[in-house]
Amino acid sequence: MSKPIASESILARIRQSLGVGEEDAGRLNVVSQRLKTHTASLIPERARLPYDERVRLFAEMLNSQSATLTIVEDSSEIPEAISAYLRENNLPAHLRQGQDELLSNLPWERTPQLERLSGCASPDDLVALSRAPAAAAETGTLFLTSGPDNPTTLNFLPETHIVVLRSDDLFGSYEDAWNRLREVYGSGMMPRAVNLISGPSRTADIEQTIVMGAHGPKRLHVVLVAR
Amino acid sequence: MKPTSHAFKQNAAEALVDEQLQKALRNVDRGFVAKRAAAREKLPEFDRLRDEARDIKNHTLDYLDLYLEAYQNKVRETGGQVHWASTATDACEIIQNICMGAGAQSVAKGKSMISEEIGLNAYLETSGLKVIETDLGEYIIQLRGEHPSHIIAPAVHLAKEQVEADFRSKHKELPAGRRLDEPKQLVDEARQVLRKQFLAADVGITGANFLIAETGSSVIVTNEGNGDLTQTLARVHIVIASLEKIVPTLEDANTLIRLLARSATGQEISTYTTYSTGPKRPGDLDGPDEYHVVLLDNGRSELLGSEFRDMLRCIRCGACMNHCPVYNAIGGHAYGWVYPGPMGAVLTPSLIGVNEAGHLPNASTFCGRCEAVCPMHIPLPDMMRHWRDREFAQKSVPVLQRWALRIWAWAATRHRLYQFGTGLVMPMLAFLGGRSGAFRRLPLFGGWTKHRDLPAPQGRTFQQLWRKRRGRGGAS
Repeated sequence: MSKPIASESILARIRQSLGVGEEDAGRLNVVSQRLKTHTASLIPERARLPYDERVRLFAEMLNSQSATLTIVEDSSEIPEAISAYLRENNLPAHLRQGQDELLSNLPWERTPQLERLSGCASPDDLVALSRAPAAAAETGTLFLTSGPDNPTTLNFLPETHIVVLRSDDLFGSYEDAWNRLREVYGSGMMPRAVNLISGPSRTADIEQTIVMGAHGPKRLHVVLVAR
Repeated sequence: MKPTSHAFKQNAAEALVDEQLQKALRNVDRGFVAKRAAAREKLPEFDRLRDEARDIKNHTLDYLDLYLEAYQNKVRETGGQVHWASTATDACEIIQNICMGAGAQSVAKGKSMISEEIGLNAYLETSGLKVIETDLGEYIIQLRGEHPSHIIAPAVHLAKEQVEADFRSKHKELPAGRRLDEPKQLVDEARQVLRKQFLAADVGITGANFLIAETGSSVIVTNEGNGDLTQTLARVHIVIASLEKIVPTLEDANTLIRLLARSATGQEISTYTTYSTGPKRPGDLDGPDEYHVVLLDNGRSELLGSEFRDMLRCIRCGACMNHCPVYNAIGGHAYGWVYPGPMGAVLTPSLIGVNEAGHLPNASTFCGRCEAVCPMHIPLPDMMRHWRDREFAQKSVPVLQRWALRIWAWAATRHRLYQFGTGLVMPMLAFLGGRSGAFRRLPLFGGWTKHRDLPAPQGRTFQQLWRKRRGRGGAS
């Protein structure tokens, strides 16, 4: 005799505990409505600030999480801003990036000393460059999405992670950031990985002492493009 | 893991005289408790979010079967597989088969309390797999052959000198003269050693803080990034999660995420919150080729229909144990199984039986701090009381205690007699208590007075005092 299929027996036990039947149109309707409308719960006030205050909160949150921020006026200034950051922190002028269009089309000729490799991260890479398609100021959180444009390993393998964010993509709340991703990928659809990143890697597993750079990056630097 | 919860009293007695442990436990109050309070202060909506979070989980549990089915459909649409496991052994077998099917030799693991619950590492090791824990705290206790003593800070019972000694004895390939006296040096060494393991692993296993029905995603929350390297670098990603981790939508997860880190470590949000949906997509340069989710029941479908249903709202933040005077006095290992503190005192008897774990719901003063800080409003003291009721009904309470409780219950349900009796006895005890107002020794209460004095009644009963206050119109 074959074993009953585990999913069926588990679901049957759940229905028994709930005292409900298998096909209940009313219940099905409640669930499909909730999934379709995905209504937000309470959104904290600090996540609903106008743009200028939002930038201030974002900067404050990044700082409290030991991440750093540079604001540039125009995307053409990004290569020099990155080059300056690497120089000031005594980091090598080599970086790894994916095929992101905005990042690929920057005027890199302005920083000829900066060597750029394309692809996902290899264990020897020291610096990675990504673009975040969204961020939420409420906790200084970057949303990064997987794919050839910004491979996920860039977020975790190299010791230094530099992330470019356009001001149009800086939202107040997680809800607004997710809605931006829904516009890109479709409702209910997700890229393979979405990484919400709030500061560099850390641990407090030894005597509750916070140490940066546990397994992921030791430094997280954000370049916010005002225009 | 073989439970030692039946030996709770002895475990606790040993923990109380373990000086090193007592020193380490002081970090809990200094760290977690103060940081949670500060985080709550910074978010004025915190308590309203708790109400909403409770409602979200209650709704989800009411429709649990349908959300799980919707979730499964979404995972399949994105190329992943869902496996259902009724018991711990079923889950271990499923995971072992996936590993064997992938021709795996080494497995990297992110932190997962469910994997502790099902005894996964020991099971996989019997089939010749090399299993490496990659969360720093978990790695340390794996080297020591121990189990976590806290659900979010598994090595909170250890001092850095102990970690140094473990690293020196296990990392033989590194120079003997190296400095390891600071946490930073220990973390750097673990990073270097574990980086090789991440790159060599064939299979990555993680837990899940949430599963999202709307998108078919599993979510992990970490600070180290170990869970991300675990799942991104290996060919196969296996997620092990219990049924009640499901939430309907991304919006519902947002609300729980706003509470989780603030309640746990006092962070605004954990460093990494990762949503994984299916395997590598066409054109992707990294990510796993296979994505599996193992959904574990292990008694939860029955809990759903019992008086312990509210326990299924738990998001495993650890706030209840951080604020528990009993946990703070004895640490997590004394509880004798996977889940310590108040949430463990409720959950453990339901998972391994009240005969093994009956002491745990009794190890509480019912001070109520756990319920007061629980982000999901779980009535933990009430549920411990349910276990005490069941224990009494099952006659597993000792005879002397049963009779004492019976006599007390007989009197307490006869309200005039009770008032008359206590009105006589209280002044007597106050007199016997003498000038110190406390008893050093009491017949039949040696267990209590061995460690502290029993405060003596002050002469009047609670009801007398209450009547007097009401007479003054003060407290009504």
